[in-house]
Amino acid sequence: MRILVAVKRVPITGGKMVLSEDAQSIQTRHLGFTISPHEECGVEEAVRIVEAQGGEVVVITLGPAEAEDQLRECMALGADRAIHLVSDEEWDAQATASALLDAIRSEEPFDLIVFGNESADAGNYQVGIRIAYALGLPVVTGLKGLTVADGRARCEQEVAGGRDVYDVPLPAVVTVKEGLNLPRYPSVPAKLRANRKPVDARPVERAAPKLEKLRLVVPEGQGKQAEILGHGPDAAPAVVEVMQKLGVA
Amino acid sequence: MTVLVFVEPDDELSLQAVTLARSLDGEVHGLSIGPAQAPVDVLHVAEIEGTYAPAASAAALVQLIEQLAPTAVVAPGSDRGNEVLAHAAARLDLPMAANVTDVRGDDVTRQRWGGTLLEEARVHAELKLLSAAPFAFPVGSASAPGRVETFVPDLTGADTAVRVVETVGASTGGVALADAKVVVSGGRGVGSSEGFAILEELAALLEGAVGCSRVVTSAGWRPHTDQVGQTGTKVSPDLYIACGISGATQHIAGCKGAKKLLAINDDPEATIFSHADYAVIGNLHEIVPAITAELRKARGG
Ligand SMILES: Cc1cc2nc3c(=O)[nH]c(=O)nc-3n(C[C@H](O)[C@H](O)[C@H](O)COP(=O)(O)OP(=O)(O)OC[C@H]3O[C@@H](n4cnc5c(N)ncnc54)[C@H](O)[C@@H]3O)c2cc1C
Ligand SMILES: Cc1cc2nc3c(=O)[nH]c(=O)nc-3n(C[C@H](O)[C@H](O)[C@H](O)COP(=O)(O)OP(=O)(O)OC[C@H]3O[C@@H](n4cnc5c(N)ncnc54)[C@H](O)[C@@H]3O)c2cc1C
Repeated sequence: MRILVAVKRVPITGGKMVLSEDAQSIQTRHLGFTISPHEECGVEEAVRIVEAQGGEVVVITLGPAEAEDQLRECMALGADRAIHLVSDEEWDAQATASALLDAIRSEEPFDLIVFGNESADAGNYQVGIRIAYALGLPVVTGLKGLTVADGRARCEQEVAGGRDVYDVPLPAVVTVKEGLNLPRYPSVPAKLRANRKPVDARPVERAAPKLEKLRLVVPEGQGKQAEILGHGPDAAPAVVEVMQKLGVA
Repeated sequence: MTVLVFVEPDDELSLQAVTLARSLDGEVHGLSIGPAQAPVDVLHVAEIEGTYAPAASAAALVQLIEQLAPTAVVAPGSDRGNEVLAHAAARLDLPMAANVTDVRGDDVTRQRWGGTLLEEARVHAELKLLSAAPFAFPVGSASAPGRVETFVPDLTGADTAVRVVETVGASTGGVALADAKVVVSGGRGVGSSEGFAILEELAALLEGAVGCSRVVTSAGWRPHTDQVGQTGTKVSPDLYIACGISGATQHIAGCKGAKKLLAINDDPEATIFSHADYAVIGNLHEIVPAITAELRKARGG
């Protein structure tokens, strides 16, 4: 099995979104970075499949030089090698898909290509689907369950009141959600090994965005003034009063 | 001018998408796979045999786009709405803006980070593909379509190759998190899986559901089905009780639909208080059982 997982570096924004002065990005000077939990589950699932059936897990990202940190984290989870499309510029979903596509075509064919259902920051729900169409492969989105056997993928999607099951032949594209599995914590030796695994860095040129970001805006509604009902267990009667007022007691 | 909206049967998010479509210039046409109720001028009902097949829905949508030449296509901001629209975007090689909250000519406002950040963007395309952010648009009266027409899409084997082959029941008992009137939610402050017993007890008394933060699911204290947030479940109860949760934006993305939020936290500076309607400051391990006891007392039990 050869599996590719696409991941994207995003800031860990914590309690408050603070914008840069030009409102083009989030201020990240004091923030850590990560990948989406959806994508982390994608890496974990790919590694589990290859641990059980043999093969190779390749991770790919399009992002700035620092995104190598996230590739190393994925390799600490067990991915074998990484492709890093290096660019500081802003890419829209169509351009992102076409850059990833060029890289995918430059490799031996993959049996399974894994994306997050939506990226953590932009959340456009489409890169994986665009790539599936370009490669002429079947695509199933939003997986919470995946079984790969005998050249087929059984895919489970959570829907109201149950799970919808799809059964597709490989090669295929899937997009996954957090909850698919519980990713491992990488061990120290795994992290050290990850530092020695190969990262193939390639410069890429951006095409003009067709969905062009103009500016970011923090929505209203943050900074409410909460009514303090009290301190410690003595607040219980006031809490129950509120529940009665809201009609939920 | 024509605006086309993709609607699903019995789906509130679809009616919200119709509201967005109505705010744009033009006659509003709808496409549904099978019969649906939607307050559009003309509803095209496509007959596609068998279970849901995303590419078949998209093929129907693209063929109707070719027939009607609309200036915009709107889909509900649901998993399926975004999926079908992204399929159509890939087929037409057009940009798509997901989770849109406002449209002004070529410019849109759309949600990032699960709605805790907004982006103003320009769509460089004649035909705009937009999904309507959930609960950003009011729902008008659920009146019937002005006219209903049958639409027979021309489908290939590839369009129906990926489809639902089976639906299996969920194993979750009790009150479903997404529909609960009260959610008692716990974060790192709960401390352990056993620590959730006091939250379970309060939730049961209120006939509500237990939720949690991502720290809790990552630690394995609760299953991911209990996680509230951007990558978990989005809830909209009458009352959300956040116990030992700091209020990270990705958590707030899942509970900002709550009518009222009560935060219990021992840190008076915790961010959660700036999203809360009511605050209790102190140790949740003392406060939650006290609330349960008081509630029993108030009910005369
Ligand atoms: C400062 C800044 C400004 C930006 N400005 C714009 C802009 O003006 N307009 C715009 O549309 N986009 C912009 N982007 C890019 C945007 O954040 C997305 O990377 C891009 O639009 C892809 O769409 P998405 O993330 O919504 O994809 P989705 O379709 O939501 O992503 C689904 C999955 O695709 C994969 N994926 C997505 N992006 C990457 C990636 N870079 N590398 C590897 N895998 C990936 C992941 O598996 C992800 O889970 C900007 C990014 C930055 C950092
Ligand atoms: C892309 C992305 C997606 C994410 N998706 C989600 C998501 O879907 N859902 C989610 O929840 N998170 C999500 N996160 C993680 C999120 O950023 C936070 O890390 C997480 O929500 C923090 O959980 P917490 O509040 O339980 O823990 P902490 O931030 O550690 O907060 C614990 C709080 O408990 C209080 N406390 C401690 N002890 C007590 C006590 N005895 N009594 C009362 N209070 C006490 C502390 O004062 C503190 O405020 C996501 C992150 C990223 C980057």
